[in-house]
Amino acid sequence: MRLLEYRGKELLSRYGVKIPRGAIITKPEDVGVLSTFKFPLFAKAQVPFAGRAKMGLVKRVDNINEAESVAREFLGRVIQDYPIRKVLFEEGVSVAKELYVSITLDRENRGYLVLASSEGGVDIEEVARRSPEKIIRLQIDDYEGLRDFMIRKLAAGLGLEGTAAEDFVTVMKAMYRVFTEYDAELVEINPLALTTDGHLVALDVKVMIDDNSLYRHPDISIEDSDYTLEELEARKYGIHYVELTGYVGIMANGAGLTMATMDLVKEFGHEPADFLDVGGGASKDTVREGLKMLLTDNRVKAILINIFGGITRCDEVARGVKEALEETKVNKPIFIRLKGTNEEEGRKILAEIGIKTYETAEEAMEALAKSIRG
Amino acid sequence: MAILVNENTKVLVQGITGREGSRHTQYMLQYGTKILAGVTPGKGGQTVHGVPVFNTVEEALRKYPDINTSIIFVPAQFAADSVFEAIDAGIKLIVIITEHIPIHDALRFVNYARRRGVTIIGPNCPGVVSPLKSKVGILPNHIYTKQGPVGIVSRSGTLTYEISYHLTQAGIGQSTVVGIGGDPIIGTDMLEVVKMFEEDPETRYIVVIGEIGGTMEERLAQYIGSGKVTKPVVAYISGRTAPPGKRMGHAGAIVSMGMGSYESKVKAFQEVNVPVARTPTEVVKLIKQFMK
Repeated sequence: MRLLEYRGKELLSRYGVKIPRGAIITKPEDVGVLSTFKFPLFAKAQVPFAGRAKMGLVKRVDNINEAESVAREFLGRVIQDYPIRKVLFEEGVSVAKELYVSITLDRENRGYLVLASSEGGVDIEEVARRSPEKIIRLQIDDYEGLRDFMIRKLAAGLGLEGTAAEDFVTVMKAMYRVFTEYDAELVEINPLALTTDGHLVALDVKVMIDDNSLYRHPDISIEDSDYTLEELEARKYGIHYVELTGYVGIMANGAGLTMATMDLVKEFGHEPADFLDVGGGASKDTVREGLKMLLTDNRVKAILINIFGGITRCDEVARGVKEALEETKVNKPIFIRLKGTNEEEGRKILAEIGIKTYETAEEAMEALAKSIRG
Repeated sequence: MAILVNENTKVLVQGITGREGSRHTQYMLQYGTKILAGVTPGKGGQTVHGVPVFNTVEEALRKYPDINTSIIFVPAQFAADSVFEAIDAGIKLIVIITEHIPIHDALRFVNYARRRGVTIIGPNCPGVVSPLKSKVGILPNHIYTKQGPVGIVSRSGTLTYEISYHLTQAGIGQSTVVGIGGDPIIGTDMLEVVKMFEEDPETRYIVVIGEIGGTMEERLAQYIGSGKVTKPVVAYISGRTAPPGKRMGHAGAIVSMGMGSYESKVKAFQEVNVPVARTPTEVVKLIKQFMK
């Protein structure tokens, strides 16, 4: 999961990285704490996605009154399904140059990868496309770790000298510690500002933490992550849910099969409304809660359920479907492909409530497509 | 022949007393897999479906020195420790079923295993089956009823079942089916499995089931392009409709930094004349065309 900017900054500053002086505001009434700050300040809505400035979610404020009205404007707004709960107010920094530096997991080489560039403050993917020579890449072995000579090499590559080079050692070591100690998949500072007085300051920070490791990081709150309200709800039942933009509701078991089902919807010229994976060995309750999400979603016109039961039992799925319909009393066309363990039992349960089942996903999708057309 | 597992596979089940471990021990036994022992710390002396349970891997190996393969059902928080235990005890093939193992843990045990010449399949995978010979995994028994010329390597569990099922229905058997797992860091990747299939006389056709995220499929395509794979390959890639930047269930299934998209994978395969099926059932049609 992706951490909010201010949380990432807190983690890095704990290990010595300089960040702009700032404060987190969760209620407009609390802006009083900003009175000792040096205005102008920059108000940054804490939302976990890129392009905040373009969306008007970063604003300059010249006094406390302006700070309060911006806090009022931001807090409680919902952007892309994500509610703004926090606003970060920060003092400005006088920037001479903007750099980029990140550490990621290197899937291909089974290690870590450092990327650094003297072209910071912009979309790094764009730099990678336009001028790949401006990006320095450095592979790190997970066992050997980050060595000083590597940091010296990177600093030289970025053209850093004096206090900036010293700061850079602190920055890299802090990033590496956060990366390894917090089970991160990405620690990125962009931009990393070289100030006019020759120091390095982290202006924006992105940290992504491996969800599977959260049990050993009790100090990381899910409230500081990029989960939307619906995704948080789905997680409680072990459902993997991602909202998409279409109108055909999808539920399947297994990530691969769920994606293949989305693709099939598209293949028939329709648009999937979601990715909803009930997982391996889904219980009746998981299926019921998942289906309720689709039945009560106004965007969803028809539902395609694609189950290939290995560990998952078809009769459990059928019971979950039945209960979801009883509880919501919503009537939407549902097309179910049911195959595998306890298939007969499952078909029987569904037949009793008037739902037909199909042998293959294609057959179910064909019927769904007809229903939408008709 | 077959690859990875066969009649000589002698299995240890780590985490045998847990719900999944116990249930799948039963299914594997029903399939005919030779399971010699199980391990659960603190539960030594018990039996599970007739299989003796030991406290440590070493104890199990002392009693059953023929064990050459371990399958891991240990919960995610303790799984890494069990993998290290198996490696240190000298087991050479380890299949890790457990899902949600932290990626940094996987990175450490995968690299440790590779330095010691140990093959890891997974984590977060359905396992390996060589039909009618041995199954080390959780793939449904009823699908794997026919030996034949098709080797399958896949990043997704249910899609593996789906495509194997359609092949078997069409009368086409499989040599070995390998689910390598959907996590970003895995022990054995697609290319390594395809190299094994290339060497395996029983395998005459190869099915590759990929998905968005990473560049494993692209690297495989490049290798095929170099002419080192002489057997016909058919691919299927899921996730055509997945939006970039969102993780689609599998930890590894995410398009980021503009890499690992559906388009780049399909293009890579098409450039080296590997046909890409648009639906799982189309895989069967494409295999049949090669068989003509």
